[in-house]
Amino acid sequence: MHWDIVWNNLGYFLIGPYPNGPLGGLAMSILLAIGGIFGAFWLGLAIGLMRLSQKVWFKYPAIVYIEIIRGTPLLMVIFWFYFLAPILLGKPLPEATSALISFIVFTSAYIAEIVRAGVQSLPRGQMEAARSTGLTHFQAMRYVILPQALRNMIPSFVNQFVSLTKDTSLAYIIGVNELTRAATQVNNRTLIAPTEIFLTIAVLYFIVCYVLTSISRRLEKHLARYQARGR
Amino acid sequence: MNYQFNWKLVLSGQYGHWIIQGLIVTLKISFISIIFSLIIGTIIAVFRLSKIKPLEWFSLAYTEFFRNTPLLVQIFFWYFGSDAILPKPIKEWLYKQNFEFAAGVIALTVYTSAFIAEEIRSGINSIPKTQLEASRACGLSFIQSMRYVILPQAFRIIIPPLISQFLNLTKNSSLVMTIGVMELTYMARQIESYTFHGFEAFTVVTLIYIAISLSISLLINLYNKYFLRNLKY
Repeated sequence: MHWDIVWNNLGYFLIGPYPNGPLGGLAMSILLAIGGIFGAFWLGLAIGLMRLSQKVWFKYPAIVYIEIIRGTPLLMVIFWFYFLAPILLGKPLPEATSALISFIVFTSAYIAEIVRAGVQSLPRGQMEAARSTGLTHFQAMRYVILPQALRNMIPSFVNQFVSLTKDTSLAYIIGVNELTRAATQVNNRTLIAPTEIFLTIAVLYFIVCYVLTSISRRLEKHLARYQARGR
Repeated sequence: MNYQFNWKLVLSGQYGHWIIQGLIVTLKISFISIIFSLIIGTIIAVFRLSKIKPLEWFSLAYTEFFRNTPLLVQIFFWYFGSDAILPKPIKEWLYKQNFEFAAGVIALTVYTSAFIAEEIRSGINSIPKTQLEASRACGLSFIQSMRYVILPQAFRIIIPPLISQFLNLTKNSSLVMTIGVMELTYMARQIESYTFHGFEAFTVVTLIYIAISLSISLLINLYNKYFLRNLKY
């Protein structure tokens, strides 16, 4: 076994050639995941609320968006943005940007479904009570429904964040310098320690995702106590 | 935007043939992985519920580790790194086969079986405890009561989430293109680099994926509507 190769390249796995070059490695993966979940939250919230709307010109575009994105592998979404941005925009996007846009678009469809489930899981009485106190539909959503629903959704958001963290490895395919790419680079350079290298990065991903999963489980237990229940 | 659309190019002739071949490989790798991951997932789930400590720990470690690492890394691990850990006869046998395909099947199976094990475990947990106690009291052994009483009931509840796992697996199978299995996404990429008509190729392949996923979700909805509604305890 050649664990010294892993040991010598550990810094490269974690932050890439950072002080002397662009950021890479695990730090880049986490950055992509954070940027992706942040963008996807707002887009997903908008689409989820559109999906819940009674108006056909909000509801049906949202359904089509959700079904198309959820029926497509992430890899295809990445290819769409990477190969077709040059055709549409006239100039190629940087790899990291195009990967980030793909992650936002892909994850937002799943977040929209989480938002829908979260809002629908609240008892109907909450909306009715808010409307009968004189709030408009929008105000009732903004001040009564969403604050409660979003709190219940936090564990699902964390789970989505975990799967997005895992999915950032796909940015490797279009050449973003994140953890999986760092590993294949080191593997191609050294050639004698593939088992050790891929085991190491699997463990690195595992540590990040496992910490997040544990947080989500703890939150789920904690938040279950404060839920409004229907009769 | 001066892009000449040429739909005939990807829908017929050589490139149309590539897409059909890619679809066949996608369906084949998904189907084989579904069968294996269902078997392994069930075994892992039963381990978890077996009340035998080492088996429980093994199952816990298996599900946690494989669910929390990216599929792509697992594919690379089995393709590039399995050399050092697999026993020699298995290795020799695998190299004689189509090794890319085999590594893809192993990675997809292991990854999906961890998710399936969790689904099955929660399905079994949703069966009231009294069912197991009653069947044990009738004189069935643990294995027998699992086999004849608990699992048949649990599987009815698990089927919808299980099918959506299979759907995920079919979508995830696009990742095996990175190790050179010539499935649907690989073919789309290939047509893109041969002809520069990526738009048409990606559209056709995306539509195929959406058709697969919509027809599967239709099946789930039908199942929920006709079989699950009169399921009560």
